[in-house]
Amino acid sequence: MLVKRPSALALILGLIPFVAMCLSVALWDRVEPTILGVPFNLAWLIAWTPLTTFFLWLAYRVEITRENSLRGSE
Amino acid sequence: MTPSVIALAMIFAIVAVGSLIGFLAGVHRKMDLEQWTVGGRGFGPLLMYLLMAGEVYTTFSFLGASGWAYSRGGPTLYIMAYVTLGYVVSFFILPPLWELGRKHGLQTQSDFFNLRYGNKYLAATVSAVGVAFLLPYFQLQVTGLGIIVSAASFDAIPRTMAMVISVVVIAAFVFVSGLRAVAWVSILKDGLMLIAVIAIGVGVPYVHFGGVGPMFSAMARAHPAHVTMPGATTNLGHTWFVSTVLLTSFGLYMWPHSFVATFSAKSAETLRRNAVLMPTYTITLAFVFFVGFTAVLVAPGLTNGDLSLLTVVRQSFPPWFLGVIGGAGALTAMVPAAIFVLSAAALCAKNLYRPIFAPSMSDDSVAKLARVLVVVLSLISLYLSIYSSTTLVSLLLLGYAGVTQFFPGVVLGLFWPRASMSGIFVGLVVGVAMVAVLMLTNHDPWHGWSAGFLALCLNFGLAIAISLYAPVKIEGPLAARDASIPSSSGRKL
Repeated sequence: MLVKRPSALALILGLIPFVAMCLSVALWDRVEPTILGVPFNLAWLIAWTPLTTFFLWLAYRVEITRENSLRGSE
Repeated sequence: MTPSVIALAMIFAIVAVGSLIGFLAGVHRKMDLEQWTVGGRGFGPLLMYLLMAGEVYTTFSFLGASGWAYSRGGPTLYIMAYVTLGYVVSFFILPPLWELGRKHGLQTQSDFFNLRYGNKYLAATVSAVGVAFLLPYFQLQVTGLGIIVSAASFDAIPRTMAMVISVVVIAAFVFVSGLRAVAWVSILKDGLMLIAVIAIGVGVPYVHFGGVGPMFSAMARAHPAHVTMPGATTNLGHTWFVSTVLLTSFGLYMWPHSFVATFSAKSAETLRRNAVLMPTYTITLAFVFFVGFTAVLVAPGLTNGDLSLLTVVRQSFPPWFLGVIGGAGALTAMVPAAIFVLSAAALCAKNLYRPIFAPSMSDDSVAKLARVLVVVLSLISLYLSIYSSTTLVSLLLLGYAGVTQFFPGVVLGLFWPRASMSGIFVGLVVGVAMVAVLMLTNHDPWHGWSAGFLALCLNFGLAIAISLYAPVKIEGPLAARDASIPSSSGRKL
């Protein structure tokens, strides 16, 4: 193997923002209900920027834990 | 003093401070090739965060994003989605790429292709394609800077003149100080841009409607379909959105300069933490959209949407504030432009000219050649900026359609040992050819799909199919090294 592959769990965590911000566009691309006056589609994307950071942080924890346990077992 | 003098003086002062920081950052360091291009591989988390923000937040996010909010409406939201998702991709591919970079002394994208696939013609092709599609991105910055200076002068300075001035400043700036200068100027640029964007994103709707909410209510009455897809267009619907977001988020880190920035990080850990934090930065794009949407209502009828942000700022605020916005905008054009031209010059000298035409050239001569190329490339971009007219977003989409064709070679190269040189080479050439044909004949989007995305699918398909049929043979320096030294986990290539 050329480099360490990311774990399946980390990949799934990374896939969640792709589903939310891209693949599901037909479900959230509308004006109503507005959130604090902002159309729903824009409000949805705004909400998903910190949520993406959150999911990547989870993926980061997963990878760190896995690397530490790999190092411990050597 | 007339309003234009005040605004221009403000812009000039901001640009002067930025340039001074750049020159000072480069003064006390000895510049060899590695120091000049990858900053000696010593950038910690803060400098890295700034450098990466510095190259993603360009005049495109300032003028282009608001311009599309104005002229296209809903489809502009793709920008917020793709930048955020691009960081998700970077989380998975940059750390392993950095590891390889450190182990094998890689400086550019082409170095990676040469290392992994062991073919100097593939590596040279990667350089040539990278530089070719970096030019529209560079042109975008020069065009944006031209718009800023002529708008701030209340159209007294012709745009061509403004572009000539900005190209000279960018080239001089890069010439003296290299990458480290760019990272430090990013601090000023990002600080100013953050303040500017939030101030106008909140301020412009407030001045005209009393707030963001009332502005959107007025929009819902006047143009009910403008903020959803396809907005003011007929062909930029959901299929376009999905295919474009996938194309551009895969491509966010496929730019030649992103590789250079990646290799300049201090550790893989720095890159991974950055990827986690960077999405938070994209919230600023929402404020830019607010300004573009407001402009639809208060400044209708502009022939060029890219002018909309500065037009409403000029209508809503005093001239000195137009100067602050213009100055921030000017730096967001100059900093990335400096990074682009630096990377393109390094690629041409080190990965295109030396391996093909002058294999015995010394590192010092390569560094000298790179400096000459900075001037040459700047002049080419200046020429393109003056003689072509298209929206900023279209320029960027053209660049993405091209550079994302590297994605299969990078991802399969990192994670799939069977990926073969011939498969990747054929996929890349066919992908780029398809992009060129579809885009030059105005077939983007094609049947509702992003043309670059369709080319990427074909590219992936060919790369995988040929790799599966071609005999498995790992070529290049990686093969020799890894065949003789089994890795610690006992697995080999």
